[in-house]
Amino acid sequence: MGQAGLVAPEAEAAQIRLYLAQRRLTWPRLSLGLLALAAALVLGLAVGPANIPLSDTVRILLSHLPGVHLSDSMPAAWDDIIWQVRLPRVLTAGLVGATLAMSGVTYQGVFRNPLAEPYLIGVAAGAALGATIVIVSPLHYAFGGFSILPLAAFAGGLSAVAVTYAIARVGSSVPMVTLVLAGVAVSSLATSLTSLLMILETNRILTILSWTLGGFNLSSWDRLLWALPYILPAMAVILVFGRSLNVLQLDEDQAQQVGLEVERTRLLLLAASSLAAAAAVSISGIIGFVGLVVPHVTRMLWGPDHRQLLPMSMLLGATFLILADLLARELNQPSEVPVGIITAFCGAPFFLYLLRRSHRGVF
Amino acid sequence: MTAPLLETSGLTVAYGERVALRDVSLTVRKGELVGMIGPNGAGKSTFIRAVTRVVQAQAGAIHLGGDSVQTLSRRELGRRAAVVPQTGALPELFSALEVVLMGRTPHLGLLQHESDADLLAARQAMEATGCWQLAYRRLGELSGGERQAVLLARALAQEAPLLLLDEPTAHLDIGHQAAALALVRLLCARGSHGALAVVHDLTLASQFCQRLVVLQAGRVVAEGPPAEVINAERVRQVYEAEAHVFAHPLTGLPVVVPDAGLDASGL
Repeated sequence: MGQAGLVAPEAEAAQIRLYLAQRRLTWPRLSLGLLALAAALVLGLAVGPANIPLSDTVRILLSHLPGVHLSDSMPAAWDDIIWQVRLPRVLTAGLVGATLAMSGVTYQGVFRNPLAEPYLIGVAAGAALGATIVIVSPLHYAFGGFSILPLAAFAGGLSAVAVTYAIARVGSSVPMVTLVLAGVAVSSLATSLTSLLMILETNRILTILSWTLGGFNLSSWDRLLWALPYILPAMAVILVFGRSLNVLQLDEDQAQQVGLEVERTRLLLLAASSLAAAAAVSISGIIGFVGLVVPHVTRMLWGPDHRQLLPMSMLLGATFLILADLLARELNQPSEVPVGIITAFCGAPFFLYLLRRSHRGVF
Repeated sequence: MTAPLLETSGLTVAYGERVALRDVSLTVRKGELVGMIGPNGAGKSTFIRAVTRVVQAQAGAIHLGGDSVQTLSRRELGRRAAVVPQTGALPELFSALEVVLMGRTPHLGLLQHESDADLLAARQAMEATGCWQLAYRRLGELSGGERQAVLLARALAQEAPLLLLDEPTAHLDIGHQAAALALVRLLCARGSHGALAVVHDLTLASQFCQRLVVLQAGRVVAEGPPAEVINAERVRQVYEAEAHVFAHPLTGLPVVVPDAGLDASGL
């Protein structure tokens, strides 16, 4: 910068501040993400086999505010369709999408590995095992009204992560490479047990498979509200650690030497993101691709600073999964396509396009 | 007299069975640039890792500014000692300015963004090390030497009185080697810093450091002003290498030339 001296110091300082601000979360960016999410929510609510006009959809929603009565003239079933079927489903898809994307960013950041995703250290395989055990056992039918399937999947996912962590632990530290390897081993073990149960109970294979492929056809307010207490606090914790995640991108020695409690920060971030991912998987099954690809897309669009990467990935992940679920519902009426197939089918080509377009490296 | 920036006594570090440092006692005070020399694997990098508590010492004491490192938080350690690493992964997508700003970590709260004061510290550090023109460039685009300048700037931005430099000149050409060490020596001479630099080039170390510490197989085998420490006999003992040591015609400081096995005729 040979002409640096020609720029007035205040002007230059302002320019630096502007540059750094643009690397972080900015209002245009955030508004864009919120707008996309809002549009996806409206689409997800408005489209379906029952042809409910958009204006009536809005009226039904408003009527659930205390003291508002706008839906009296409509068919009674419409209220149920919007309020009991579509809304919880759309919100669940959004929440799960945001959670998987956030966990993906966190795992990629903590492991400093572009291939990391929320299922890396056992959440998915453990959840599948937990769910399968319940499906093949008589428990599946018990428990008046509320299925214990999410509970079992949640417990399975968290147990697998706990076992992985315990195995990888050496004294007071947990080497990241060991953790990944232990995660692979624990996942294989859980997956082989799941397969064994499937072979032993062939008449349940379809149920197990459809749970594993993931979807939102069983979404309900109950399930959504059950998962929220795990997911929301985890989101809050992780969002606070955006700058720490940036520092973790230095190697372990450097991150400690610039003053970060590396071990403690990693443990907290992994615990929070695993908890959230396990809760998400427990209400939606194993939906792939979102946690791996959405973080990369966000990084390619807006850069590596986790203070924007986390919130923007959450918004994009939520938007993406709501739209993918919409396709899953509508493509093959009256039956549904598993949403995991949609996420991979739409996400992969777009990701490859971005990968080809980006000449500057992606991580 | 204030406490030394760094004081170790009887420091012993082992990786499993292998003892990397044995009974190392040394002191770095404000105003000093101490050079640490010794063959590969002598424990030089381990010393820096132990001082910053990245590895645990098996025995001995390490004090930074009078306090044992065991009692200091990471933040406080970061405020007292800054490291210029020899190698290490750097996030390729972050810009040089962002990486230098990471040096401000021990001065920032969890939710705090970098303030104008942090920006100023980063900018001054980058101007001092001559890498301000790289501020917006991504780390992935920088050469080895440029990265080293960025890492030195990050350590300066950390505003810790003790600088620990692990081969800060490894990827630099002769001009930048001299500039980097001259800068560190200047900071020490001004009295704001004290530094310990691992330097492989004995001639370079002799020109810039007031004092040299020689490590061999984890032990301190010699310590003192360059002219007293560096001679052909010591190079033979410590490095198992034949070398010629001359006195610099102007300063009298040692100049070390490896023996090429040639006689006066050039054969």
